[in-house]
Amino acid sequence: MTEEIIIAGFGGQGVLSMGKILAYSGVMQNKEVSWMPSYGPEMRGGTANVTVIVSDERISSPILNAYDTAILLNQQSMDKFEKTVKPGGLLIYDPNGISRHPERKDINIYSIEAADEAAKAGFSKIFNMIVLGGFLKLKPLVAPEFLHKGLEKSLPARHHNLIPENEKAVELGKNILKPVQIVN
Amino acid sequence: MGELRLMKGNEAVAEAAIRAGCDGYFGYPITPQSEVMEYLMAEKPYDRTGMVVLQAESEVASINMIYGAAGTGKKVITSSSSPGISLMQEGISYMAGAELPAVIVNVVRGGPGLGTIQPSQADYFQAVKGGGHGDYKLIVLAPASVQEMCDHVKLGFDLAFKYRTPVMLLSDGAVGQMMEKVVLFDQIPRRTDEEVIAQCPWAATGKLKNRDHIIITSLDLDPAGQERVNLKLQAKYKKIEENEIMYEEIHCEDAEYLFVAFGLSARICQKATDLARAKGIKVGLFRPITLFPFPVQQIASTIKRVKGVLVVEMNAGQMIEDVKLSVGLNVKIEHFGRFGGIIPSPDEVVRALEQKIIGG
Repeated sequence: MTEEIIIAGFGGQGVLSMGKILAYSGVMQNKEVSWMPSYGPEMRGGTANVTVIVSDERISSPILNAYDTAILLNQQSMDKFEKTVKPGGLLIYDPNGISRHPERKDINIYSIEAADEAAKAGFSKIFNMIVLGGFLKLKPLVAPEFLHKGLEKSLPARHHNLIPENEKAVELGKNILKPVQIVN
Repeated sequence: MGELRLMKGNEAVAEAAIRAGCDGYFGYPITPQSEVMEYLMAEKPYDRTGMVVLQAESEVASINMIYGAAGTGKKVITSSSSPGISLMQEGISYMAGAELPAVIVNVVRGGPGLGTIQPSQADYFQAVKGGGHGDYKLIVLAPASVQEMCDHVKLGFDLAFKYRTPVMLLSDGAVGQMMEKVVLFDQIPRRTDEEVIAQCPWAATGKLKNRDHIIITSLDLDPAGQERVNLKLQAKYKKIEENEIMYEEIHCEDAEYLFVAFGLSARICQKATDLARAKGIKVGLFRPITLFPFPVQQIASTIKRVKGVLVVEMNAGQMIEDVKLSVGLNVKIEHFGRFGGIIPSPDEVVRALEQKIIGG
């Protein structure tokens, strides 16, 4: 099993940390992982993306041009990465901040209103974990106990009191994910 | 098994230095390797092992601090990125001349000049052919993963002290910035002053009653003396070539074509190898791990069995010269590269193989 994922959005949405939590959970479950961020001028311009690979085998290239899954959280990311999803692959997006919905006919598409839910909860920082929950519902790459360990490893000790909130957000994400188009 | 962590390549360098029993890090910040010093400053190894961490006023100061500390037999490391490494070249040449051990990490970015902060492999010539003046060589290691960023620091110190020579880790912005699973080796204690005196009889550790003054220098105004220094260095480099070559071969047994690549490019080529094989193209990958010493005979014996070779580098064609020098003129060897911070994608590499080698 190898899952190649691109997560992209605005800086501050928690794109990089979502990827890190997923990757660290994979490490705790004894998978091979790689986490390759955009850095430098790209990031300073306000957009952020990270390529995460979770695999049972040694990972070759950490840099890819086609992905099994794209998690796209703003319009720029949609414009840049919709076309990079492999045929039959998966695209998850938050309709908030999207002016042009995905147009591909050969991929599975799901939407998740994570920004709305995070706003309703009055806690914008759980946004990325709601999205991660939606993804894990479709691709359960890491079991909940390893996600817990991944959170422990990724978050600084002073934030460990927030782990239950994060796990609740993951469960919420699983419940609010909506299918838009299913091809296989 | 050692401790398991998810780390950036740059962080792995820093943690490995602490665990290798390093005595001091001297450096100056530059993207894309600033996490090395950031990690050290957060980790406070001066509390953990007594290791010194110092931000110098410049790269020139850093390398001369390294020169001074290495001259006393201390285990020291510095890191920088391309423009900063250029500033260090004078000091590196002096260290090669004075036969001083140290580990120097270059997390390469696109050049020339200030260039860009994105990954590149354009410093191959500088690292392998001697970036400073004079007839010297560095041992050059090319880590391709975060695990190797960790392991090569330890290996680098071992080789630096075994041969009394500076060792360079030639990495790049992607390997420095990406996170992967790392198994960390256990803490090696820092050597005591007595151990340094016993293990480094050449070091300036203070005048002992039973031995002469130690003078650390790269200067000998007598040409005959300086020729002797050069002959000694060349004999050392020959010994390194005989003993320290490292490389990896992937899918070479039945290969009809061959990629040759180091560092990040080798990772991309490994994926390209899988993509090409899925299309029925039997291609293998030869990855030099030591760039000096270069695996001349090993690469030649693998190339003998294939129809064509594509050397893939994030530069305009540098290692390809060493590949060509390793084999006869009748072999088809072409180069594919992207520059200035652009990373080639695996399918781009497969297309280059098809156009330049198979179809060309």
